[in-house]
Amino acid sequence: MAEAQMQVSDEVAISIQNMNKWYGSFHVLRDIDLTVYRGERIVIAGPSGSGKSTLIRCINALEEHQKGSITVDGTLLSSDIKNIDTIRSEVGMCFQHFNLFPHLTILENCTLAPIWVRKTPQKEAEETAMHFLEKVKIPEQADKYPGQLSGGQQQRVAIARSLCMRPRIMLFDEPTSALDPEMISEVLDTMVQLAEEGMTMICVTHEMGFARKVANRVIFMDAGQIVEQNEPEEFFENPQNERTKLFLSQILGH
Amino acid sequence: MPSRDTNVAFVRTEFIEPSPPPSSTQGPVAWMRENLFSSIPYSILTLLSIYFIYTLLAGLLPWLFGGVWDTSSIRECREVIEGTGGCFSVLSERWNQLLFGISYPQNAYWRPALAFVLLFVAAAPVMFPAVPRQLLVFTGLYPFLAFWLIWGGTILAPMVGLLGFVAGYMAFVQLEKTNGFAAGFFGGIVAALIVWLLGGFISGAMPHFIALEAVASRNMGGFMLNMILGTVCVSLSLPLGIALALGRQSDLLIIKWICVVFIEFIRGVPLITLLFVANVVLAYFLPPGTNFDLILRVIIMITMFSAAYIAEVIRGGLAALPRGQYEAADSLGLDYAQSMRLIILPQALKISIPGIVNVAVGLFKDTTLVSVISMFDLVGMIRGPILASTEWNGVYWELWGFASLLFFVVCYGISQYSQWLERQLATDHR
Repeated sequence: MAEAQMQVSDEVAISIQNMNKWYGSFHVLRDIDLTVYRGERIVIAGPSGSGKSTLIRCINALEEHQKGSITVDGTLLSSDIKNIDTIRSEVGMCFQHFNLFPHLTILENCTLAPIWVRKTPQKEAEETAMHFLEKVKIPEQADKYPGQLSGGQQQRVAIARSLCMRPRIMLFDEPTSALDPEMISEVLDTMVQLAEEGMTMICVTHEMGFARKVANRVIFMDAGQIVEQNEPEEFFENPQNERTKLFLSQILGH
Repeated sequence: MPSRDTNVAFVRTEFIEPSPPPSSTQGPVAWMRENLFSSIPYSILTLLSIYFIYTLLAGLLPWLFGGVWDTSSIRECREVIEGTGGCFSVLSERWNQLLFGISYPQNAYWRPALAFVLLFVAAAPVMFPAVPRQLLVFTGLYPFLAFWLIWGGTILAPMVGLLGFVAGYMAFVQLEKTNGFAAGFFGGIVAALIVWLLGGFISGAMPHFIALEAVASRNMGGFMLNMILGTVCVSLSLPLGIALALGRQSDLLIIKWICVVFIEFIRGVPLITLLFVANVVLAYFLPPGTNFDLILRVIIMITMFSAAYIAEVIRGGLAALPRGQYEAADSLGLDYAQSMRLIILPQALKISIPGIVNVAVGLFKDTTLVSVISMFDLVGMIRGPILASTEWNGVYWELWGFASLLFFVVCYGISQYSQWLERQLATDHR
């Protein structure tokens, strides 16, 4: 995707330096250094337990890191609650299990944060919400509850809900892992569309087709550290590290 | 290798349309066969149950309909009744004592009665989302109105109470904007206290300004006392219980431990002990001559008691929510108060409804325990003045049946409402 790579700018969106995290005495993330430029689409792959989810959850402070620094959009992530809230309202996140609010309608799910965090007037928030629901192609479900929707639809609502906050960066934590095979593509299509519009994205996913098509960088993690990163073409055709080769042969073997 | 002559290939060319079930599975006969007489043991059980119900009604109905309502003592009852029949005259003669207690002034019965009717108006907007929201203003005024109606005295006293809350709220809103939550919280309390202190002088100086005949707390009694205690304690212990449950989950260690100790202590002590503390022991700690209203003391104790239980029920609801809900709220940038109010509590409370209703129903029935500390609620009234009187000594079934009926109606009503509410809130379509 040559034209997509051209959209990447020199502006730094996320800068992670020498970041370490422990769960108790277990060293989950080790010396992570990562700079994400605006417009970049990064796919993080790796075996389970390798710390890839933990890494992106550190970026919006759902997990606390104990050493090193994370700077998002120029704001240093510290224990200051104001900084955390600023970063969270700039960074959208989609979860493996969607995490929609089951007691609110689809529309209310989408308007809640803009109304309460951004103080957007309700009417305007609803217009924005409908705009993004149309973009993920489910405006007709606006008045239903999450429990009435299929998994794929729920994940698309979750994406729309994040987009309603007009984030500058989107994080995806295995967005298709909990979906039936038939529904994966509708979610991936939405994500591809988002990437083509120049959104800065970090996706933890096992969808290697998506990585080939959209990513401009693939990162492979194992045992809490970044083992290898490269452009997708090189990464898949010519992996260097033994662990990467093994991983790729296992997931692409079938 | 043996070959099979069957072909595994199969292609469906037309889909099967849905059709109605066979007629033998529908209609009253089929229903009875399925639900009452599906097998020989079941048929025997059904017949036994029918016989049991018949014996029950055969005893109960003549007693109910053969009863007398217009005699003046149990002896007259015995003379009048032939065969079986209840001596319901005790109800028609003493209904006022059963409902309002011995010493509530007869000519003021309309006041608690009116307060009771208005209770439904005040509760409606809280309980039913279809009721216009404007009625919430009345809900806010109701506690003060009901106090004035039931206790009487000058209208200034409840008005000062109301003004104190308004002043406290306004101070809270003002200070919270500029100086943060804690400043607003304590500023609000100080403002309310100032208003109450100043207003106390004014209302004390003018005890006859738009006054109803004042009734002292010791003159409250009968089912009215149960209703007062039940309503006030349920409505106070719910917010207190929520606060305790959230406090117990808090990251602030001191707050967490205060809540844990409070909850565990209260849950480890029988209610009756707390009531004795309210009645007797508190008086030792208060300076002599202070008149700390007995009903108020009892309300505080029962509220603390049920708040501790409700807190545990809500904690269960909070624990049942998936972690993802907290994370989703966080990742959207909602702060703690917003995520609790908009995301976590609505769901946790919904899960907790059956448990909360359980506590509320239990609390309402536990209000009869105040009869032990010589307050004349419905049970105290029956046990004391009525059964001890020469006219009605020995009328047990009728009196206790009446008491059971009153409590049953209220508790069954609460339980039906909670089931309706659960159905209303069911949005997950599982």
